[in-house]
Amino acid sequence: MRVLKLSKKDEKKLYDVLNKFGEVWAPVPKGSRYVYDKIEKKEDLVSYNEFVRTILPIKKFLMPQDFNILNLSPSKFETPKVDIPTRVIVGVPPCEIHALNILDKFYTTDFVDNYYMERREKVIIIGKSSLPDEYLFSHKTNTSIVEEGYDLFFIDLGDYYLVWVGSEKGDDIVRLGSDIFSEDVPVDVAHDFVAYREKRRKAFTKHIDLEGVTDLMELMYDADFWDEFGEKCLSCGQCTMVCPTCTCFNVIDELELNKDEGHRRRYWDSCMFKDYSLVAGQHNFRESRAERLKLWYTHKLKAFIGHFGSPSCVGCGRCIITCPVEINVETVVEKLKG
Amino acid sequence: MKYEYKKEPELYTPIMMRIISKRDLTPDVRFFQTVPKEEFKHLDLDYKPGQFMMLSLYGSGEAPFSISSSPTRKGIFEFAIRKTGKITNKIFELKDGDQLGLRGPFGNGFPIEKMLGKDIVIVAGGLGAAPLRSLLLYILDNRELFGRLIYLYGAKNPQEMLYRPDFFEMLESDQLELHLTVDKGNEGFEDKIEEGMVTHLFKYVNDIDPKNTIACVCGPPVMYKFVVNEILKYNLEKHNILVNLERRMKCGTGKCGHCIIDYRYTCIDGPVFTYWDVIHMRELI
Repeated sequence: MRVLKLSKKDEKKLYDVLNKFGEVWAPVPKGSRYVYDKIEKKEDLVSYNEFVRTILPIKKFLMPQDFNILNLSPSKFETPKVDIPTRVIVGVPPCEIHALNILDKFYTTDFVDNYYMERREKVIIIGKSSLPDEYLFSHKTNTSIVEEGYDLFFIDLGDYYLVWVGSEKGDDIVRLGSDIFSEDVPVDVAHDFVAYREKRRKAFTKHIDLEGVTDLMELMYDADFWDEFGEKCLSCGQCTMVCPTCTCFNVIDELELNKDEGHRRRYWDSCMFKDYSLVAGQHNFRESRAERLKLWYTHKLKAFIGHFGSPSCVGCGRCIITCPVEINVETVVEKLKG
Repeated sequence: MKYEYKKEPELYTPIMMRIISKRDLTPDVRFFQTVPKEEFKHLDLDYKPGQFMMLSLYGSGEAPFSISSSPTRKGIFEFAIRKTGKITNKIFELKDGDQLGLRGPFGNGFPIEKMLGKDIVIVAGGLGAAPLRSLLLYILDNRELFGRLIYLYGAKNPQEMLYRPDFFEMLESDQLELHLTVDKGNEGFEDKIEEGMVTHLFKYVNDIDPKNTIACVCGPPVMYKFVVNEILKYNLEKHNILVNLERRMKCGTGKCGHCIIDYRYTCIDGPVFTYWDVIHMRELI
């Protein structure tokens, strides 16, 4: 793999290089949190020192919250032609790149989802490592270090960044930006790198031990704590919306007022919603909130292993921050390990 | 993006079908025969017994329905649809010549290759006769490829029995061993229909070779446990008992999540599961 150097004094020039490949998107502050937003001016592309956790993960670029999948008319159903802009997403943390790898596998297994792929091909990922905050626990989900899934990846080593080139597109970017990306990477850089890795490893403070939870999910399926969580759960679905690996959607048809045309919309759904498992004849397979919570955690911590070999929690900490009643991977694992 | 993939633009785009005939099977189940609006389009829609399709009705939406016709009778796609909600209410308003959208087929279907040469026991309950009709016709049309064919069908009452005239005709046939029952009210049909639960028909199932028999079950959720228990008495292996499950899919492609049971997607891993597959599933019924 190619590794280059980007000096911090050249950092401001990065925007112009990236902007040649597409719209530049990066985390920007919103209240006390961050959101991925379009960066219009190079001054606005800021590299944050702290760990940046956007409210919504990058799945919003690949499977929008709500979009039109079909144009409908009484005699024809047609896939709409949409012009999806290429987006260069800057500052994506390793755990989110792991989530992206999971989404790639998910959307290309069995059937390849064309709506996902159209968008996936238009996304360029510029990852960035940073020191963890008090909620990040990706070291416990084996997602704190990335080996693939990015186009470029930045590691901040003080005066400069080490830049890993992870794809052909990434290679195109560093070639076009050859005046700021330096091939001169002396061997002693390795010391800085190892020191950084060590510092980062030690900086994790949230230790959620996921070992053995697959079996515990099985053994504790009928435990009382699920009902206690069920009592508290508001079925608001925020946990699923902010989870970088939640993919469920619903589909609905809507007609224009003239009734001669309409659209089929696909929008984010949540297994926390009561009507999620409703079938014909009003039978509901998961009537209670406890049953729906169990489904989510079974899927995250157990079922995904059967499908893809690893759990689908990437340790981003969003559910811990987001759930208003403290039902999250941390509190559930606490109960499982009781 | 490191995945090589084939573009499947048609995956979520239904093709247009035309209704060519319909008739009522029961007071709330209607049988629809459809053909693609475009000539030769049916050639793109080959399917297996036990698979399902996503049916779209302009202005109402999309829902999954199992295919009731057999791929051995090409060109016509048949569905037995129960009036039970928003979309099916609208489907019941359709007239001959009206259009609807169809995409699929989806799901695994019955493992026909594994069933070749075997004795087949089919157990249907209520609307379960709809998807099982596809398998039944497939076997009858390829009769020499299978061993014995035993078909047990239970319904609430004679009026609720799907394809009743067809089944009455088959009672005379030497191609299968058919037994019909209703929970109650067989008056007027005593010579053809028994009274009692479908499990009660197992008294006619004799001389089963457990190593050479595959059982296929489809019916209302409550039925599975009782029927499977009966079948197990014949010492069939658990992976030779097939159950056809239903969930409300929104995509058919394993993406929307709605049909998940424990760790399996009904639309990808099913809707036909072996009993061994589902024996440990808690959310089965």
